[in-house]
Amino acid sequence: MQVIFTRAGFRRGVYRSLPVVLGLSPFGFVTGLVTAHHGLTLLDCVLMNSLVYAGAAQLVALANWTHPAPIVAAAFAAFVVNIRFALMGPALAPWLEKLSLPGRYASLALLVDHPWAISVADMRRGGRDAALFTGLSLPIWLSWIVTTTAGFLLARSLNLPPHHPIFFGALAAFLALLVPLWRGRVDILPWLAAGGTAAAVAQLLPHTSWYILSGAIAGCLAGALLDQRKTSHD
Amino acid sequence: MTETASTLAAIAAMAAVTLACRCGGYFIFARVKPTPFLRNALAHLPGCIFIAYVVPALLRDAPPSWAGALITIIVMILTRNLGASIAAGVAATWGITALL
Repeated sequence: MQVIFTRAGFRRGVYRSLPVVLGLSPFGFVTGLVTAHHGLTLLDCVLMNSLVYAGAAQLVALANWTHPAPIVAAAFAAFVVNIRFALMGPALAPWLEKLSLPGRYASLALLVDHPWAISVADMRRGGRDAALFTGLSLPIWLSWIVTTTAGFLLARSLNLPPHHPIFFGALAAFLALLVPLWRGRVDILPWLAAGGTAAAVAQLLPHTSWYILSGAIAGCLAGALLDQRKTSHD
Repeated sequence: MTETASTLAAIAAMAAVTLACRCGGYFIFARVKPTPFLRNALAHLPGCIFIAYVVPALLRDAPPSWAGALITIIVMILTRNLGASIAAGVAATWGITALL
């Protein structure tokens, strides 16, 4: 595949990022609200959203936030939730090879679910313009900073109680993301193993985030064992 | 450590770990090949992570959230629009909480 990197590809990426920008803005807004709700400052909020730039991980970390901040627990939450990015990066390899070494890692630094999914789908259909990924990534990163900041600033004037239904938005984002991840019957047993283990560990070790990692590992092991049995029966 | 410094340190630690996750997979898999078992296990990771997060959270939450969860998933299946699903789920949870 002769990979190219063109201005037209970048523009196409920006254009295709617009529905994602719109779709993610309520998620960004809720993340900003939750950040304010846990007592972080405006500077903390802007730094976290521009440098960490991983809403799911931030919400998990914030759910167990304390003052002074739980440094190890927050880093651990980021690791558990974001380790999926390590699996996504290699799929972009054919496009990344076109870029300089700093260019490759700068592109990976902005890796998130939606631009990745759109780029991989384009690549599978024969797309060979690596600038599409950059064009998708930059507007989504910038709008994430804007919408989270807006949520943070409005939290002060809205002054919502801790159990206000709007905070359900954080959980709703994860539930919605599960839908495109569902691949059919192969997922039933791994997902049951993950959910069951997570529920049990959350009961046994309350106020920690161990349940996420243990549930994820149980699900992955169940899935890999099933895959292995299937291939040995074929 | 002061509260401000600990918050900034926590954010820096999260940023460093996340950057390592984003770049590390490409860095490692450009050099070593995972075993078939590990590759199968990793393929199950994205769905299992989110399931492991939402199940205990829903069990902790009250029934209006369970209805909201159902609405969120149905709207996502029908529209595949993240923003619309979140908005519908929040609206349903809010409405049912207000009614009860």
